[in-house]
Amino acid sequence: MLRPSTTLPRRGRGPLWRNPAIRALIVQAVLFLALAFFVGYLVHNTLVNLEARGIHTGFGFLEGRAGFAIPQTLIEYTSDSTYGKTFVIGLLNTLLVSALGIVAATIIGFLVGIARLSPNWLLARLATIYVEAFRNIPLLVQILFWYYAVLRALPSPRQSLSLFDAFFFNVRGMVMPDPQPLEGFSATPWALLIAIAAAILFGLFAKRRQANTGQALPVYWIGTAIIIGLPLIVFLATGLPLEWVIPEMTGFNFRGGINILPELLALWLALSIYTAAFIAEIVRSGILSVSHGQTEAARSLSLPEAITLRKIVIPQAMRVIVPQMTSQYLNLIKNSSLATAIGYPDLVAVFAGTTLNQTGQAIEIIAMTMAVYLVISLTVSFLMNLYNARTLLKER
Amino acid sequence: MRHNNKSLIVLPAALLAAAAVTPAQAATLDDVKSSGEFTCGVSTGLTGFSSPDENGKWTGIDVEVCRAVAAAVLGDPEKVVFSPLTAKERFTALQSGEVDVLSRNTTWTATRDNSLGLNFTGVNFYDGQGFLVRKDLGVKSATELDGASVCVQSGTTTELNLADYFKSHDMQFQQVAFDTSDQSAQGFDSGRCDVLTSDSSQLAALRLQLADPEGVVILPERISKEPLGPVVRQGDDQWFNIVKWSLFAMLDAEELGVTSENVDEMRDNPPNPDVARLLGKDGNFGEQMGISNDWAYNIVKMVGNYGEVFERTVGMDSPMELERGINALWTEGGIQYAPPVR
Repeated sequence: MLRPSTTLPRRGRGPLWRNPAIRALIVQAVLFLALAFFVGYLVHNTLVNLEARGIHTGFGFLEGRAGFAIPQTLIEYTSDSTYGKTFVIGLLNTLLVSALGIVAATIIGFLVGIARLSPNWLLARLATIYVEAFRNIPLLVQILFWYYAVLRALPSPRQSLSLFDAFFFNVRGMVMPDPQPLEGFSATPWALLIAIAAAILFGLFAKRRQANTGQALPVYWIGTAIIIGLPLIVFLATGLPLEWVIPEMTGFNFRGGINILPELLALWLALSIYTAAFIAEIVRSGILSVSHGQTEAARSLSLPEAITLRKIVIPQAMRVIVPQMTSQYLNLIKNSSLATAIGYPDLVAVFAGTTLNQTGQAIEIIAMTMAVYLVISLTVSFLMNLYNARTLLKER
Repeated sequence: MRHNNKSLIVLPAALLAAAAVTPAQAATLDDVKSSGEFTCGVSTGLTGFSSPDENGKWTGIDVEVCRAVAAAVLGDPEKVVFSPLTAKERFTALQSGEVDVLSRNTTWTATRDNSLGLNFTGVNFYDGQGFLVRKDLGVKSATELDGASVCVQSGTTTELNLADYFKSHDMQFQQVAFDTSDQSAQGFDSGRCDVLTSDSSQLAALRLQLADPEGVVILPERISKEPLGPVVRQGDDQWFNIVKWSLFAMLDAEELGVTSENVDEMRDNPPNPDVARLLGKDGNFGEQMGISNDWAYNIVKMVGNYGEVFERTVGMDSPMELERGINALWTEGGIQYAPPVR
């Protein structure tokens, strides 16, 4: 019988490169050094060439006065703000359209995905047509369709379509009343926070009660009632401390009120509708992945259909759905950079577009823009992975 | 395995050697002569300045500058490859060497001249920013535009002047910025904006694309100075001089009364020493730049003098019908003035 030790390389004997472990280490170290050197060479070469061509480099330009206007700014901005501020404005606009898009795409996607599995023939066919139509038309074409064919067909501001004389739709987007908080309004958001906390506590209580006694409470209805009811009571009790600024047509445009740009509407519609088609398919595949035996078992225990869907099917379907949803969310965020095609002021249009052109700092600006998308995407990915870890099959 | 190890060690040494080689400044003239053509950056389509006609042939006052350089250097005005660029792309294209000359209604400003590694070679069109509105609004002056939505091309000096003008007049406006001037004109036409702003010559060109060119008016105010001219990279003075003097030759030819019609006669019997020097009968002004001595003759013969080019592209013989205005020669009350060839 062979002793195991004789098959191992003997240490301390022979030259080092005969030892596979050390040899592998050396190869990796050399490879790493070569790579680091190559990257360093590229950076050095770029700097030398920029210098030779008389092109200024560095991030000092971020301190300079921007000097141009941006149509949609979520925080205070004027043409006297810095180029650095245009970066923040562009980033916020990207995040805004991405967040709105993710919410809308998820809702539409779930509804369409469930509709495709509906026993109702017409509903299922309509959902199929939706999915096949919208996922097979390029996104850019859809954005241009909503912007040029739909929203550009709306009337001029003077002939706006109006709803209750407070909401106005025209070729320049949608104008709606702007709520201005008066004295005493701050109690309402606090009431909302308290109500949310109370609803969560109530949910925990109901869960424990059900575990102990087997009796279920209508948690959803009572929770909703608390969250809506308490702030409403506080709001009424403090004497409706909110003033609505109704938009008014003066001169060229509406004054007062909140103006939602048609560029934002078009981009939001296109991103939501396009991504929802993919999400619908993911939801459908997730639900179909739950074996029919589970549903049958639930039925044989005479659980109602709604409970079966909510407690048996969806939790198991989520394991299939979540990882794929992550990629769709990431796609949506990255696709929002198509904003530049219709002039929505997102990060790419404002910062990697106008700011780049006004300053000429192409390398710095493109690097910053790429880093932003990387950070946003990695963050979303991280959060979705956390959620995924929670919903994973727990081996007991 | 052993062989791989060796090559991995050799790689860094090769890179080290490569890094030691500093990038040499390319002599654009040599490259152009050896390839027999050069690349000229123009707009994506702006009537009068640079736009392709129905046969795909590029026309316009900016295009003629490129042709003049080709005539001077290569003796053939058609040896130019035109590269259409948006306002956003133009400087990067020139910096990276994708184009050799940028002749794309580009405003000469301090930032562009000093920090982008570029040189402006002169001014082929003096312009100023204006506003275009619908006649039925009844607006007579730009000071009445408070609260208006304004369509503008992004990444231009126009965008900066617009913000400055409304700020200094204490007026509000809503900016709608598009990538191309076509898109901004379309935005104006569909009612997305009340006002279209650009260089006034561009407004005259864009007006022709609107559904109702007679229903709009260009307001009298000129809110900025927009000297438009050709641009080259810094660090190649020879090429810089050639492009600069190609434009000067067109201006000098007009001043001396040399046209594409009479240039042969003028060369054979020069009426005065100035004409003789310009057309290469006296001196070696072409050789000083590294090109042939009949450089200016070729420009005038094949492309025309400045006045001929102006009238053909943006002036009275063109759909734009612009007056010479400040673009007339200094002898005619304008400010176009070229140094003498001597």
